[in-house]
Amino acid sequence: MRGLIVGGLVMRGILSAAFAAGLAALPLHAFPQTANLQNAMQPAGVQAEKILDLGYLTFIICTLVFIAILAAFFYAIKRAPRADESTAAEVSFLRETEPGSKRAVLLAVAISTLLLLVLLVADVFTGRALSQMPLSDGIHIELTSHRWWWEARYTADPPSRMFTTANELHIPVGKPVVISLKSSDVIHSFWVPNLHGKKDMIPGRTATITLRADKPGVYRGQCAEFCGYQHAKMALLVIAEPQEQYDAWAEQQRRPAAAPTTASAIAGQKLFLGTTCVSCHTVRGTSAQATLGPDLTHFASRRTIAAGTLPNSREHLAAWIRDPQKFKLMANMPSSPLSGDQLQAVVHYLETLK
Amino acid sequence: MSVPVTERVVYDGTPEGTVELAGTWRDPPGLMGSLSAINHKTIGRRFIVTTMGFFAAGGILAALMRLQLMRPENDLIGMDLYNQLFSMHGTTMMFLFAVPVMQAVAIYLVPLMIGARTVAFPRMNAFAYWIFLFGGLMIYGAFFLNTGPDAGWFGYAPLTESEYSPGKRIDFWAQMITFTEVSALLEAIVIITTIFKLRAPGMTLNRMPLYVWAMLVTSFMVLFAMPAVMLASTGLITDRLVNTHFYRSGEGGDPVLWQHLFWFFGHPEVYLIFIPGLGFLSAIIETFSRRPIFGYPAMVLALIATAFLAFGLWVHHMFTANLPELGKTFFTAASLLIAIPTAIQIFCWIATLWKGRLNFRTPLLFVLAFFFILLMGGLTGLMLASVSLDLQVHDTYFVVAHLHYVLLGGAVFPLFGAIYYWFPKYTGRLMDERLGQWNFWLFFIGFNVAFFPMHLLGLYGMPRRVYTYPADMGWGTMNLISTLGAVLIAISMLLFLINVVRSWHKGTSAANDPWGGGTLEWSIASPPPAHNFDVIPVVHARYPLWEALKTPDHVVGLAANHREQLITSVIDAQPDYRGSFPDPSIWPFISAVAVSILFIGSIYTPWAVVWASIPVSIALIAWFWPRKKETEEDLAVEKSP
Amino acid sequence: MIQRTTSENSAALDVAELPSFAFGHRSPMWWGTMGMIAIEGTVFVLAIMSYFYLYSHSTSWPMTTPAPELLWGTLNTAIMLASYIPNHFAKKAALRLDLSGVRLWLVICMLFSVAFLTVRVFEFTALNVRWDTDAYGSIVWMLLGLHTLHLLTDAVDSLVLTVLMFTGPLEGKRFVDVSENCMYWNFVVGSWVIIYAVLYWSPRF
Repeated sequence: MRGLIVGGLVMRGILSAAFAAGLAALPLHAFPQTANLQNAMQPAGVQAEKILDLGYLTFIICTLVFIAILAAFFYAIKRAPRADESTAAEVSFLRETEPGSKRAVLLAVAISTLLLLVLLVADVFTGRALSQMPLSDGIHIELTSHRWWWEARYTADPPSRMFTTANELHIPVGKPVVISLKSSDVIHSFWVPNLHGKKDMIPGRTATITLRADKPGVYRGQCAEFCGYQHAKMALLVIAEPQEQYDAWAEQQRRPAAAPTTASAIAGQKLFLGTTCVSCHTVRGTSAQATLGPDLTHFASRRTIAAGTLPNSREHLAAWIRDPQKFKLMANMPSSPLSGDQLQAVVHYLETLK
Repeated sequence: MSVPVTERVVYDGTPEGTVELAGTWRDPPGLMGSLSAINHKTIGRRFIVTTMGFFAAGGILAALMRLQLMRPENDLIGMDLYNQLFSMHGTTMMFLFAVPVMQAVAIYLVPLMIGARTVAFPRMNAFAYWIFLFGGLMIYGAFFLNTGPDAGWFGYAPLTESEYSPGKRIDFWAQMITFTEVSALLEAIVIITTIFKLRAPGMTLNRMPLYVWAMLVTSFMVLFAMPAVMLASTGLITDRLVNTHFYRSGEGGDPVLWQHLFWFFGHPEVYLIFIPGLGFLSAIIETFSRRPIFGYPAMVLALIATAFLAFGLWVHHMFTANLPELGKTFFTAASLLIAIPTAIQIFCWIATLWKGRLNFRTPLLFVLAFFFILLMGGLTGLMLASVSLDLQVHDTYFVVAHLHYVLLGGAVFPLFGAIYYWFPKYTGRLMDERLGQWNFWLFFIGFNVAFFPMHLLGLYGMPRRVYTYPADMGWGTMNLISTLGAVLIAISMLLFLINVVRSWHKGTSAANDPWGGGTLEWSIASPPPAHNFDVIPVVHARYPLWEALKTPDHVVGLAANHREQLITSVIDAQPDYRGSFPDPSIWPFISAVAVSILFIGSIYTPWAVVWASIPVSIALIAWFWPRKKETEEDLAVEKSP
Repeated sequence: MIQRTTSENSAALDVAELPSFAFGHRSPMWWGTMGMIAIEGTVFVLAIMSYFYLYSHSTSWPMTTPAPELLWGTLNTAIMLASYIPNHFAKKAALRLDLSGVRLWLVICMLFSVAFLTVRVFEFTALNVRWDTDAYGSIVWMLLGLHTLHLLTDAVDSLVLTVLMFTGPLEGKRFVDVSENCMYWNFVVGSWVIIYAVLYWSPRF
């Protein structure tokens, strides 16, 4: 009978811990899979995978510890007799040494220390593995963060093969990517959870992060250090594609902008080069060479506008240019003085910048 | 009394003598009396009520944040207001609630537990309260005038420099730190000196309650941790006001210097909040399991070890900054190591409960919640201690979950237990048990519903400090659940408030010792008289009320008509001399006003430090300058060593 | 001396004959002063560490200006070290409850105060850098400024105490205040020696 009670109590302890563990597992299945694209639990590269492996090991150890301690705790409170305020306090304990309790506590501390050592060793090994990713035959990107967008300069040898883009990185699957991280203003943080942990971008310093995508896909990242008003809307896309597709993309990015051919686009280009747009943006191959805002040379090849704020479609683009403040208040881009038709022409022009 | 009393009347134990003794230690009446009050219970009461008020304010801010986040792309609260909300929420909870409330409870409770009539520096204690209140009022005033901080409670440079944070928002925030840290530092000196020098005879360090040990250890930590944030914020103020270059990389400064200085304070800060909670746990568990805590020496050493180790962890808040990898590993090891003393405490409490006889009242329930919530928080802390894991979950909702689990599990739940436990001593009435149970369960369930999903949100990519998130990220459902949990917490707080208000006026009367406790505060009336103890007890045991009396058992020879407090030796509490303590004074209040003018003025111009220091000097000199009447009364009872 | 009465009050510890004040660590004032020393010492240590942090992150130190002139800083160090003498005798007099001794030595301490505060002004002018020139200038002014704040408050504290010892009202406790003030004075001087070494000598190595 007593065994049943004890067993039941221990089960309660285990169940409550299992509840917690179950809560952890449930959403993986219950909630939409669109949560895959910015997700540390869905590694698509070696770095994120190693981190998740360590994560699972740690989770298992911690869950076992949680269950064990809660079981002991529930057992203790269930087996102890009940009392009230008038029950005499048991001061004989001040004279006793309670050897049983002492042994139990020492044993528990010893086991805890051992498990902590296991975690420390596992962490050291994982850290080493992360820093030892082979780097040969990789690509180099210089990423500079701004409030609230990402400037990417793909470096290459010879320098004539370098190109600049913004907010969307393409990388070849299976090849190392070395990204140097800088900031032009405040501290930002580069984080693409499917591929790796994050690294801060601190003004005055250059940091480096190395990663590799082992599965093709579209991975979303987001700035992970509060950087002011629109920190919430500073996202970026990292698109991992097979080597050939990557090479084709890079080749296209290297070219200057193609000249527009339709009447509307030509008019749009004229307007573009004649208004405030050129005070901030570059379109290689034209007179627009300012660098305060994202490089627009191949803007139409990108999937989003304003670092993930809007999808890159005709309607969204028009709305964005008309009044950027409506979608990203306090962003550096002022609203446009262009009229409806003029705006349409500029949009047509921008659509040619593939 | 306008005529100095030059004849010393020794307390004789009669009712008339007791009335005279109470009159000697009471605060004067009226408004002036209220501003001049220095009785530690008066100050403690004010301080506790004020900090709980800030807790409610911080909670309301959080509720607004949760309402905004419950749906993706919500437009209930705009970007700028949201950024101010989360900054004010963190600032309120960390600077205006969590540490001050622990000091406030200690100010009220420690003298009662150690057999003293007062704290060591009653006027400085009063000053510390006023300066805290003024700092809190200033930052909320700024917030309501749309000048509240909007760069988080941690204010990373260079975001907080003038170029990226124009206006006065950050200056108010940085100066609020000065207010609250001055208060906390002075209170720490008060608490340490009280504990070391004012203990009843016979209460050796070895016989001190574990809660008093916890406050002693916490107060030492305050002395070494708070200066870091004061130095950091001073550098930020000068960067903004007079163009120094501490944290701006242009002319040789370094944003990472801010992080080092801030987190050197910031990590011990969370232990400043946690360790008093550990003290509450010991106090409540021993009374409600009807036995002494198992392993007293280990418990004391564990507190001290935790305090030391807490100073060696700060870089774990900076794992994603580019620092040398080997150095980071050291901090991983230290962050894992600190789990051991806490584990020792947990195991000792379980051993205590195992062989105890349990009285399942509301205080014990809140304490038991610790074992679930803090345990989970501590274990996610082990995950964060790993550099590699932290690289993924740093600055995500995983950390938000972790910090709330450890802070609420380790400090707030025990604090609520402490409130239910000591409320009868404080007010003379018991809180309602049934409402207490409802309060507890709603809080416990609401807390887990609100914060557990955040672990998952973090793993699924949701960063911190975002005023909204896209609909196609799949975060909407968990955010909604979290908001529902917040609603449950709000309801539980409402029940708590109702319980407090109703019980204060109509609760069951409490005798001296409604819980059958073993420590000294339960030997006096509820609420205690102005002088706390009619006669100072002589202590022979760790649990004076549980063990048989031994002789001598009380002190005679202290005056009834003069503020005399027995000063004892640090380690063995041997009676040493009879200290004369000051009368109530308006100068702590006036000094606090003058210092506030200096601090607030310096937000606008550096010259304020110069001209405002004149009224400050005058006020402090007036405070210190002895009064003829008091000096004559002291001389009447003086005996040189 | 504690009298343990043996009459019907054998349960009582009679403290009526105990003194009403005491010196050194027996006094709460000592603990309060030590607490302030711990706090301010920590501020100095952290400021010095910030100095060396910025030093280690810089290619040249000072960054763009010459090192501070040695004259005034060294002179001030000598004056402050010399002030240890009247300070020491003031404390000794206080322990003896010797009012005329305390008055004499406190006045001499105040003369030293005037001297080192004056020289401190010259020190600021001889730093060869402004607080807003660069990070080096900022941390140098911060360190010197923090110490000056302590010099000033210590001078004002000591002045108030000196005046009080002449005007009264006086009681035994005031001698304890004098003794603790001396301890604090030693801290201000002691911390200066370290800051002096950091500010004036480390840029020369």
